[in-house]
Amino acid sequence: MLESALLGKLTLDAIPYHNPIIMGAGTFMGLCVIVILATITFTKRWGWLWKEWLTSVDHKKIGIMYMIVAGIMLLRGFSDAIMMRTQQALAYGHHLGYLPSYHFNEVFTAHGVIMIFFMAMAFIFGLINLIVPLQIGARDVAYPYLNSLSLWLLVVSAGLVNLSLVVGKFAATGWLAYPPLSELAYSPGVGVDYYLWALSISGVGTLIAGLNILVTIIKMRCPGMTLMRMPLFTWSVLCAMILVVISFPILNMTLFMLFMDRFFDTHFFTSTMGGNPMLYINLIWAWGHPEVYILVLPAFGVYSEVISCFCKKTLFGYTAMVWATIAIAVLAFTVWVHHFFTMGAGPNVNSFFGIATMIISIPTGVKIFNWLATMYRGRIEFKTPMMWSIAFLITFTIGGMSGVMMSVPGVDFQVHNSLFLVAHFHNTIIGGVVFGVFAAITYWFPKAFGFRLNEAWGKAAFWFWVVGFYVAFMPLYVLGLMGMTRRMYHYTNVAWHPYLVVACFGAFLVLCGIISQVIQLIVSIKQRHKTRVGNDPWDARTLEWATSSPPPFYNFAETPTAVGRDTFWLDKHSGKKKAAAKYEDIHMPKNTGMGFIIGMFAGVFGFAMIWDIQWLFAVTGVITVLLVLIRTFNFKIDYFVKASEVKAIEAKASGAK
Amino acid sequence: MSSQTATHQHGINSISTFGFWIFVLSDFILFATLFTSYVVLSPHTYGSIGVRQTAGLNYVFVQALLMLAACLTYGFGIFSMHRNQKGITQFWLLVTFLFGLGFTLMQWHVFSTLYSAGYTWHDSAFLSIFYTLLAAHWFHVIVGLLWTAIIFIQLFLQPLTTTMKTRLTCLGIFWVFLNIIWVVIFTVVYLMGAI
Repeated sequence: MLESALLGKLTLDAIPYHNPIIMGAGTFMGLCVIVILATITFTKRWGWLWKEWLTSVDHKKIGIMYMIVAGIMLLRGFSDAIMMRTQQALAYGHHLGYLPSYHFNEVFTAHGVIMIFFMAMAFIFGLINLIVPLQIGARDVAYPYLNSLSLWLLVVSAGLVNLSLVVGKFAATGWLAYPPLSELAYSPGVGVDYYLWALSISGVGTLIAGLNILVTIIKMRCPGMTLMRMPLFTWSVLCAMILVVISFPILNMTLFMLFMDRFFDTHFFTSTMGGNPMLYINLIWAWGHPEVYILVLPAFGVYSEVISCFCKKTLFGYTAMVWATIAIAVLAFTVWVHHFFTMGAGPNVNSFFGIATMIISIPTGVKIFNWLATMYRGRIEFKTPMMWSIAFLITFTIGGMSGVMMSVPGVDFQVHNSLFLVAHFHNTIIGGVVFGVFAAITYWFPKAFGFRLNEAWGKAAFWFWVVGFYVAFMPLYVLGLMGMTRRMYHYTNVAWHPYLVVACFGAFLVLCGIISQVIQLIVSIKQRHKTRVGNDPWDARTLEWATSSPPPFYNFAETPTAVGRDTFWLDKHSGKKKAAAKYEDIHMPKNTGMGFIIGMFAGVFGFAMIWDIQWLFAVTGVITVLLVLIRTFNFKIDYFVKASEVKAIEAKASGAK
Repeated sequence: MSSQTATHQHGINSISTFGFWIFVLSDFILFATLFTSYVVLSPHTYGSIGVRQTAGLNYVFVQALLMLAACLTYGFGIFSMHRNQKGITQFWLLVTFLFGLGFTLMQWHVFSTLYSAGYTWHDSAFLSIFYTLLAAHWFHVIVGLLWTAIIFIQLFLQPLTTTMKTRLTCLGIFWVFLNIIWVVIFTVVYLMGAI
């Protein structure tokens, strides 16, 4: 009794000693954490870490921390991918592969959850944090403390997902945890609870972050920066953040109702007592479809910036691009049923959603042609970001077209939940979002750190990734048409085997790409003294390049004024000399540890809820709420940087060049 | 438009109020999810009670009046705030709190009556969503009450600064939000249920 009062459902059996793969992975992760902690202690960096990073409300540092989390989670999610590809390459006929079915189910669930929520979302929010305030000439985001809170909520939920590997298990339900499978009757363990709490905590963080960025873009643009002068990245982020604010409440509430079903024995989505599982599936996709646009719209914005920069041309059809983005954002809410045409809503409903889906391809096509027209007669520089963009144009077009194929309900009935679908969405998410993120990282890395990434390793990574992607996913289209469904840990149809071996080979090519990227990072850091850059290494066009690299914590010594679209480019080529700088006191937010501390308590609260440790969730729940309240009694949250201090910092920065 | 100057018109931080307004809109979506679920699940009583057996229309109408009264008195408080009359603002906050408290207790009475009669959220999909929807609103009202109390206390520690005025404005938006949600609950749950 005492044990269950102290530890809830948590016992030593929760640790899977008997499973060498999990224990190996867990030990490796544990070792990594120990090495990092030891390094920090050995180099006496704890104070520095706390003051400069953990308590920082500087949007650039928060952005970098988001990207570090995303990078680590990419490695984790990718190792899941390699495991699945290898299993399917091995487990045919009378061979059973090396993963038991339950473990395989956990792996594909974790892969989906990690890649969407903790890799793609974290990368996108990292980029947004890093770049958007700079692009609109702002000194910070609207709510710096909430920004830090959003980050830490994401970090602790990513931590929970990783913890589930060693303590207990993760959901084995697929990345959207459809009921009734995810209900207590069919998933009695803690797996789905890990899923629910990781996603709920990060969902709240994402909602706050979306709100924050939305308000920042609407309210904090510099003088002259009218809406139709905003860089396209900022525009696409604005649309994506509107989607976040509208769609994430649906996710949070839907997950909460599933939690109620499991914890309080309600009957929202159960298969008995009047519950309706299809309600969950409708609600989750009413969030889920906008979610894919939340990921891909900012990536579209990145391509717009990169292509116009490396073609040395102003973007073709700016206005059309803006309206296409808005159209995509609006249409994103009208297509959710195409994820389950097989629900049987009837021909009228399915036709409506099929046609709405096809209509989305029109604004998307407008964008593709605008990018092509920007390249046409441009002076194209084949730097890595530009190469990612070209690969995107081709790959995303293929992925988009296979999507239009599936928007026909009759076709979808054939390929529903087959590998054709898996190939399609990887085609758009890797070709659209991931390539965009890599383009963005190479493009904005010099801005964030003041030195370039190594081009040679970048190009090696590019070729491995792109070739690897095609080798890994084109066979899946064929397999889907041959009738292979997704999420199979074992199959008896040996005709599928050769294609899956090819796909596995493709996954290993992608692995080489990822290794190249790790090497690229290490080499670039080692060579950083040789590759230092000034404000504007790419001869670019938008405001973020007007300040030094890396920018000072206040971003701009003087509030910039936008004189048109591509305002920095116009300034560079206007021939006017800069007037001598006149510095003023700058109003800045104070650092605060509150975001970090609340985040940590929220994480422990989530853990306690998962394991039903009642005293712990009561205590941490109350503390979390109290901390939020205490923060409202703190009226000294900002300060002024003196003009003389700004002058000194600027003089030092220009002296260093 | 310099973000540092133009946003402090009338002693209210427009960034904060705009942000809070957007947050309230997102909260509307949260309730829209619940209302959708209510419409889908409410016929599924599974042999247990339906909405007509939960609370009488008269009772719910009194609750609606209490909510509206709380919103009205809060509006008087905002008047006094604009005239920089701190004491009177606090008085109206107190009145708002009492009306809100009345609503909360009446709602508690609904829950406890149903629960003690043996109708719990386990019984059917209808009762699950009925309890959840009403408790979600109830919980928001309690947050509104706590917040009103906190501002009441903070006004003893602070004069009517920009920060305090901004908070009062945001809380005003919140009370209106609570009212709108209650009006929709009144319509979708009780009036449509009575047809």
